[in-house]
Amino acid sequence: MSILEAFRLALEQLRVQKLKSFFTLVGVMVGVTFLIAVVSVVEGMGNYMEHDLVGKLMAVNSFEVRSRPSISVGDLDEMTRDAYRRRPRLMDSDTSTIIEALPPGFKHAALSAGNVTISSKYAARPKPVELRSVTPSYFEMKNLSVTNGRVLTEQDDAMNTPVAVVGQDVVDHFFPGVDPVGRELRIGPLSYTVVGVAEKQGSTFGFSLDKFVIVPYGSQAKNLTNRVRGELDAVMVQGPNEQVLPDAQEQVRQAMRTRRKLHPGQDDNFSIESQNSALEFWNKLKGYLVVAGIVLPTVGLVVGAIVIMNIMLVAVAERTREIGIRKSLGARRRDILLQFLMEAATLSTVGAALGVLLGALLALLVSAATPLPTSVAPWSVIVAVVVGAGVGIVAGVYPASRAALLDPIAALRSD
Amino acid sequence: MSLTADDPPISTTAERAAITHTAGAKPGPEWAIVARGLTREYDMGGEIVRALQGVDIAIRRNEYVAIMGPSGSGKSTLMNLIGCLDTPDSGEYWLSGTLVSEMSDDELAHVRNKEIGFVFQTFNLLPRATALQNVELPLVYAGLPANERKERAMEALSRVQLGERVNHRPNELSGGQRQRVAIARALVNRPAILLADEPTGNLDSKTSEEIMRVFGALSTEGQTVIMVTHESDIAAHARRVIVLRDGKVETDDRRERFAERLNNGGAAVTG
Repeated sequence: MSILEAFRLALEQLRVQKLKSFFTLVGVMVGVTFLIAVVSVVEGMGNYMEHDLVGKLMAVNSFEVRSRPSISVGDLDEMTRDAYRRRPRLMDSDTSTIIEALPPGFKHAALSAGNVTISSKYAARPKPVELRSVTPSYFEMKNLSVTNGRVLTEQDDAMNTPVAVVGQDVVDHFFPGVDPVGRELRIGPLSYTVVGVAEKQGSTFGFSLDKFVIVPYGSQAKNLTNRVRGELDAVMVQGPNEQVLPDAQEQVRQAMRTRRKLHPGQDDNFSIESQNSALEFWNKLKGYLVVAGIVLPTVGLVVGAIVIMNIMLVAVAERTREIGIRKSLGARRRDILLQFLMEAATLSTVGAALGVLLGALLALLVSAATPLPTSVAPWSVIVAVVVGAGVGIVAGVYPASRAALLDPIAALRSD
Repeated sequence: MSLTADDPPISTTAERAAITHTAGAKPGPEWAIVARGLTREYDMGGEIVRALQGVDIAIRRNEYVAIMGPSGSGKSTLMNLIGCLDTPDSGEYWLSGTLVSEMSDDELAHVRNKEIGFVFQTFNLLPRATALQNVELPLVYAGLPANERKERAMEALSRVQLGERVNHRPNELSGGQRQRVAIARALVNRPAILLADEPTGNLDSKTSEEIMRVFGALSTEGQTVIMVTHESDIAAHARRVIVLRDGKVETDDRRERFAERLNNGGAAVTG
């Protein structure tokens, strides 16, 4: 009997026992649904993280020198947290060391940030907003432009002018219905003048990226986020391309170690964060998701395999007479084996196919109902179908070989 | 064993005796079946049942033979051996000049497919398949392409006058029609022997006669027919009757002599 013939027979069997077949393949279907859905979420988020989010969180081809990492995954243990707390602060005086270590062609900016209460006479209630104190090159490095007004200038920096560039959300909340440019914004107790509105950044995972106020680095508002005089949060460094970054990072690291007088055996008491370290965060998260993406479908597939094996054993028992008839007409062991294997494989492949559809639907639902972006990966569809067929074959081997080994005389006599 | 000298035109008993007693010799092409000293034992829960205790049979091509015997005589065991569903513990079994008593399971399956056409008491049709699909089954295992299968199955069905009902399932057919589908299925691969096991056991006498007419016609056309039955009036349709008792051939004779003995009161053969 040819494989095609066995497949035709399996489809026929599926057709005459629709309901029973459906219940048989539910396990595989659920498993594959989870597989497709989880992979779609991981894939969608991965695309987003790698192509979109990192660019928004950090400048392109850049790294930041900080006292301790700004991005971390999960809870830090007590020792690590203590070690971070004992690290010396990053001071303005460190900046020149960093700048001197940079190869030519690199840009740099100073950054301090923190949440500060903002108010204006156009808004009823004050609200905490992220305040960033930066040197003017920040705008160029982040590729941040304004839709209204102007960015901060070298002159603002030199004069420490109390002016601010604000994000769209700040405009919406504090200046409803009025042009904010030229109007007063109160940062804590300080009075600033809005000079520009930054272009909309959008949101990520439901968090708006437009809730910020940017002021000159040397202006008074910085004292609201960094109480210690001369302290800053980060020195941002941007290179002309990706290839020159690792060398520059290493030079900065050595310069900082020398300045901090660290012995060769000692760990760095500062952090250099690159896009890679931002991605590291994602990669760790992805690791957890992938585990979920393996465990959930595996449970479904194992259950599916057990169900299929049971149903196939029942089918072999129920159809012993049929097997006897087929053997009496010349079916060899391998013909019977193929017939039942094919039946199991077809069942689970149909289950997998339904699972792919459901999983894709679930992914669509997730992206419609939550801020999580999803994207069905073509490879996951192939894996799902192959795994589905594989589960059927594995589950079918034992029942099918029992069928194949039946004694034709005894099988013909059964009813 | 009672062998009588004058047994033409089927074959002479002398010939049969000669062929069944020459161990190891390959029979000539005129012999459909040659069995020499077949034995078969079963272990039935610790008790050894000696179902066949040395059976010698020689059947020529084109013969129409009934195998009779009471239950426990070994006729089912013999049928399983002749039908290549089982192999003997000892003895030789030649089918169409091939020694099948030593074959593996898959080789036996191949022989069943090519050389044997089974007709069963309970028809043994696949209930979900149409008459046509049932008849096509042996050809599926013979590896024939679909169009050729259909053509030959249609041909076999019209041979048993069922050309009109090919797309009916077994439950839409009468008992006689079902058995005719089974006969078509048995014939479709042009087997060396048509092997029927109580072919009329589930049929009323009118339908039984109808099936016997089909067998008679096939025999006339040259088909070798072997029929296992315990009904003497069914056996009487064959031209030769072999009676088994206690795992041995008791009588092996022409129909006329069998009927004669039956009338003379020696009829204790039915089971």
